[in-house]
Amino acid sequence: MTYTFNWSVLWSGQSGHWLLQGLLTTLQLSVLAWLLAIGLGILSGALRTVPFAPLRLAAISYVEFFRNVPLLVWMFFWYFGVPPLLPRPVQDWLFDHSAEFWAAVVALGVYHGARMSEVIRSGIQSIPRTQFEASVAIGLTTFQAYRLIILPVALRLIVPPGTNESLNLLKNSSVALTISVAELTFQTRQIETYTAKAIEALTAGTLIYLVLCLSIATIMARVERHYAIPGLISRAGTG
Amino acid sequence: MELSVIVNNWKFLIVQGLIGFGPFIGGTLRLAIPAIALGFVLGIFIGLARLAEARWIRLPATAYVEFFRGVPLVMVIFWIWFIIPQLLRLPIPEYGVALTAFVIFEAAYFGEIVRAGVQSVSRGQVEAATALGMTTTKTMAYVVLPQALKNMVPSLVTQMIVLFKDTSLASIIGYVDLTKAAQIVNNREIKPFQLYLFIAVVYWICTYSMSRVAQRLEHRRV
Repeated sequence: MTYTFNWSVLWSGQSGHWLLQGLLTTLQLSVLAWLLAIGLGILSGALRTVPFAPLRLAAISYVEFFRNVPLLVWMFFWYFGVPPLLPRPVQDWLFDHSAEFWAAVVALGVYHGARMSEVIRSGIQSIPRTQFEASVAIGLTTFQAYRLIILPVALRLIVPPGTNESLNLLKNSSVALTISVAELTFQTRQIETYTAKAIEALTAGTLIYLVLCLSIATIMARVERHYAIPGLISRAGTG
Repeated sequence: MELSVIVNNWKFLIVQGLIGFGPFIGGTLRLAIPAIALGFVLGIFIGLARLAEARWIRLPATAYVEFFRGVPLVMVIFWIWFIIPQLLRLPIPEYGVALTAFVIFEAAYFGEIVRAGVQSVSRGQVEAATALGMTTTKTMAYVVLPQALKNMVPSLVTQMIVLFKDTSLASIIGYVDLTKAAQIVNNREIKPFQLYLFIAVVYWICTYSMSRVAQRLEHRRV
């Protein structure tokens, strides 16, 4: 192997600035998409358990279609496919305001919303039916029972798999480079293009992702322990 | 909605893009099937290594899993894309790069499934096999793994579906799979809405039928 390492490319020139920019874009994209995914996930996850068939069907179709198609296809769909169908002024506004970023937010959010929905549904369904019946018996409406009894308990059950899914979202935000969102992987490639030092650039990008994922996982493990309902979730023996 | 773009190009999209016959070396299935098989085989070794008594086997396997589960697949694809030509000093076709990246990356996930599956087999089974005089290797091969495999089926199929969807990322380095085929057609015809929705449906049919088969397998098992 005749590769000469030159790690200084990472802090000389613009590389450091690019990496920082990329990291910020990755975080912005992930946070916005995460909010959208959580909203859609809670909505459709809850709808899948209500006793009204058409709502259930709509939620099931959303989940089954969106989570079973590759994220990359959704990126192209939302970026290339959808904007031409919008009215002209909206299109112009979008392309003046980084359309690729918003397409990536929607693609990532809608795709992970469908996956989040599965996580949320299994959380809700793991709560015994009697809890719901008891809340109705003491005079709560269906909506109140969900808001006051089912969701507060379910949310705690959902945190561990939800963290996993959120980390998947963060890692999947790298797919946005295909529609030229200047996130972390995109910037890593850019450093590689400018300096021809592939290994150094990829190492920097990879390390940032690793540190990000591992620190979120560590923080969330603490949050889980803090909010765990005594006796309901046994954390013993699980990693 | 005008669908002629699909009708005119269905052969390129399906035969070349999905299956892999045509002018390009490509195809989603031609990549996904070997990647699933090899990724699972490597995953068995990694999963078992994580359960090994010896630290020098267990720790590297754990590090492997934690590393690959903490980085995006796109990053791994770029790593392989740049490093293999450097190491071997010869250009590798996109197919080789993509297959290597998928096998290495997905083996970490398969490894976790194998580990959980093996741990789900009750301790008494191992003790009984040892009492019968079986060696550790024999116990693993004839007693533990067959039972573990049954318990793994649901998560294995889920992971296969994930891998099948992930193969679309091979198009980033120019491999002509279903996604790339749609891009190629779109560059000529400029019908993104129809094309990307169409391949979304094709992907959906494949993944959904995989999950249906899995459900049936589970029912038969119980």
